[in-house]
Amino acid sequence: MSATEDANRRLLRARDAIDRHFAGPMDVPALARVALMSPAHFIREFKATFGEPPHRYLQRRRIERAMALLRDSTWSITEIGLAVGFASPGTFSRTFKAVVGQSPSTYRGCSRPLPAPDCIVRAWTRPAAHAAVTAGSSTFGAAAAPTGP
Amino acid sequence: MFNAITITAVPVLDQDEALDFYVGSLGFEVTNDVDMGFMRWLTVALPSDPERHLLLEVPGPPALSEEVGSQVRDLLTKGALGLACVLTTDDCRKTFEKLSGKGVEFTQEPTEQPYGIDCALRDPFGNQIRVTQPPQGPVEITEADKARWRAGAETSS
Repeated sequence: MSATEDANRRLLRARDAIDRHFAGPMDVPALARVALMSPAHFIREFKATFGEPPHRYLQRRRIERAMALLRDSTWSITEIGLAVGFASPGTFSRTFKAVVGQSPSTYRGCSRPLPAPDCIVRAWTRPAAHAAVTAGSSTFGAAAAPTGP
Repeated sequence: MFNAITITAVPVLDQDEALDFYVGSLGFEVTNDVDMGFMRWLTVALPSDPERHLLLEVPGPPALSEEVGSQVRDLLTKGALGLACVLTTDDCRKTFEKLSGKGVEFTQEPTEQPYGIDCALRDPFGNQIRVTQPPQGPVEITEADKARWRAGAETSS
């Protein structure tokens, strides 16, 4: 395994940690430890490897799960926003609209459950990377308390 | 026209390390290990399904140029090559506990799905493998399910 391949694999391990623990508080130092890198190096390398910084990836993961819950559950929008890791309903609604182009309630009104296995739905319904936003979004900085992934 | 799927290629970076994982951790058995000179033909299969083999293949020369092989290895270690295979089990949670104890890297814990209970893991190189415990008995698809899916398809099209 070359040095690049080894770094890829460690970064993938950190990305998998985001996928598993997206709903809880996350912080860059803990993820950087998973990748065996310093936090600053981790952010640079994550972006170089996957095309977006880790907080954007986290944001898309949370929005994708929120979209699934809006389609498939009867939970309130507030409950869904908190369940996928956003710190407040306002942050969730702003970020959702910026990423998806619709408010959560509008999205729910025109969506139905998708007839495909969950892993396929997860991969193919995640908002595109270019749709992610920074302003008003929930980032690692919004996490309530740093914990390991 | 065809009878079965007998061999599926799975890219790996190191065949000995792949054996440690697929045989040592997951419980596959070696079905072919042949030094063909230009490549090592290495296949494994599950004892319960000996006619379906995984070909553990290193991407690179002579099949691929060094440059293209490097690109494939790069994608593999980024987790970008998708699903390598889906394995079935009688007890997904027990399998998860057992393999977790062996240090296998899970990306998803056992989760109830309409089609059973499943979880996901990665091999040492970045391949994703899903583990599914199918539900007992046939899955009943109701008219309400069909109507819901049709509505979903119309909405998503």
